[in-house]
Amino acid sequence: MSMPETGRKAIAALIVLCLFGAGLQAAPEGPRLGKPLSGADSAAMDINVFPDGHGLPAGKGTATDGKTIYDTQCATCHGPKGSGGSAGELAGGSALDGPHPDQTIGNYWPYATTVFDFVRRSMPLNAPRSLSDDQIYAVTAYLLQINGLIGETTEMNAKTLPEVRLPNREGFLRIWPSSP
Amino acid sequence: MTQDNALLNDVLLPVAGGGLLDRRLFLQRSLELGAGAGLLLTGMDASGAELQPWQKTPGAPFSHYGQPSPHEKEAIRWVSANTAAAGNGISWTPLHKLEGMITPNGLHFERHHHGVPQINPDRHRLNLHGLFRNPVSFSVDDLLRDPLVSRICVVECGGNSNAGWHEEPIQTPVGYFHGLASCSEWTGIPLSTLLDEAGLQPDARWLIAEGADAAGMNISIPVEKALDDTLVALYQNGERLRPENGYPLRLILPGWEAVLNVKWLHRLQAAREPVMARNETAKYTELQPSGKARQFTFIMDAKSLITQPSPGYRLHGPGLYQISGLAWSGRGKIRKVEVSADGGKSWAEAALQEPVLSKSFTRFRLPWRWDGSPLVLKSRAIDETGHQQPERAALVAERGRNGYFHYNAIVSWAVAPDGSLSHVYA
Repeated sequence: MSMPETGRKAIAALIVLCLFGAGLQAAPEGPRLGKPLSGADSAAMDINVFPDGHGLPAGKGTATDGKTIYDTQCATCHGPKGSGGSAGELAGGSALDGPHPDQTIGNYWPYATTVFDFVRRSMPLNAPRSLSDDQIYAVTAYLLQINGLIGETTEMNAKTLPEVRLPNREGFLRIWPSSP
Repeated sequence: MTQDNALLNDVLLPVAGGGLLDRRLFLQRSLELGAGAGLLLTGMDASGAELQPWQKTPGAPFSHYGQPSPHEKEAIRWVSANTAAAGNGISWTPLHKLEGMITPNGLHFERHHHGVPQINPDRHRLNLHGLFRNPVSFSVDDLLRDPLVSRICVVECGGNSNAGWHEEPIQTPVGYFHGLASCSEWTGIPLSTLLDEAGLQPDARWLIAEGADAAGMNISIPVEKALDDTLVALYQNGERLRPENGYPLRLILPGWEAVLNVKWLHRLQAAREPVMARNETAKYTELQPSGKARQFTFIMDAKSLITQPSPGYRLHGPGLYQISGLAWSGRGKIRKVEVSADGGKSWAEAALQEPVLSKSFTRFRLPWRWDGSPLVLKSRAIDETGHQQPERAALVAERGRNGYFHYNAIVSWAVAPDGSLSHVYA
């Protein structure tokens, strides 16, 4: 069903207001035992990286640096050049409207920042949180390079990474909240 | 003729094809006929005058924590893990071995991205930061003093039942196909209480939840759901959470796909936009035939399946049986379950076992007199919003077969003349 964008936004806003109001009213009062959390403490634990680059740390790396790390830390499961391993396919992938396409960074993932976020928190599988920020930038650069999205010497950092636009950026239909 | 007998005669007449009988039969005569059906299904001999050894010697002493009977060795989770990483994978609830609506804690399904952490609760905190007026940090003891509430609901993986997308029907016990769904009583703090304490700012639209496991799994939750019925759960079915279910804290978002119900919860960051984590972009999105993918498909739609009889069971000849199954919907209560014993040509309404609770397993039952001929059993659920479980062909026509997640089509079992059952697309 089509609806003007403004109309859809207005309805979504109305739903939001109703639920928001109801939720706040319903909150049972607690004893309020939480300790204040300082900005420094929050920053130290915060590893979320948003599509606009918010949350990216200082540091840098290129695909050339990243290939060495990938070959020693990642290729065992993900295969050489991000393909043909036992773990998820990371590179290549056929047309998404064809039969059974692999869903890779190059043909499916919408945001380059997600690669950094996920590698930093979860990879490598046998030693998560062991890579330095420079190493994570480098591996991220390598994964983008093998998908043909940046050059071998293009530096990835907090400014350049969010500027890499993945091909499937517009490939998603948000089901919630417009038509849950 | 008594009123009871009149009713019995009335309900023994089939109400739909394939020998389906009136659901009131079991409501009125449940003990007598239920026992009969049990005997037919299991082939057990009810006679037993001889004294058994356990009647003549003292039994085992007390135990600190009870265990199932050693005769129930098949009521176990079936583990399907990554061969390269034992803690990466899933285990299934054996729905075909269970009755009622509550899943035992030790049989609740598991999905771990990176193993089960053994968390010391004294070194675990829940931190709320980002768009809050007063960012706060809670110890587990702090949270145990908050006002607790309990609710029963299903937790279902978005990838549950995904073998249904396969070209050929998978042949496996029903729990190992649909058992990434379990139903428990969860006790915890309404998340709204904690958001209120921390002073959620009006421009916060999403909460980025994160677990304290080795995967550090993160995912974005709409503020509306967080303020509606989301719990920070500390207890499951009366006892503290098991490690594999998030000890010491996890999120429970009733009716929403399980990946959002973050286990080992230690951080909630309030933000204007979703973080676009791997598990809400590369995974848990559904590629459609158009090449576009459905994203943020949070609600688990109505589903039902016949758990008994089901593949792996064998009917012992023609006679009276009880069909028993589960239905649930992430949108609310189950309004009606219908069963067909002729491949969907005719349907009979099943009895719903009380209590029928919103977003919870609802047990349905229907008496059935099998005449020994081959036929196809099906069930279909309709929830209180009017959503009806689709036939598989309709679901595949709409969504294709590459979506992987959110499969909720009608499930069909073929009954062969020898009493064996198999999964069919029919």
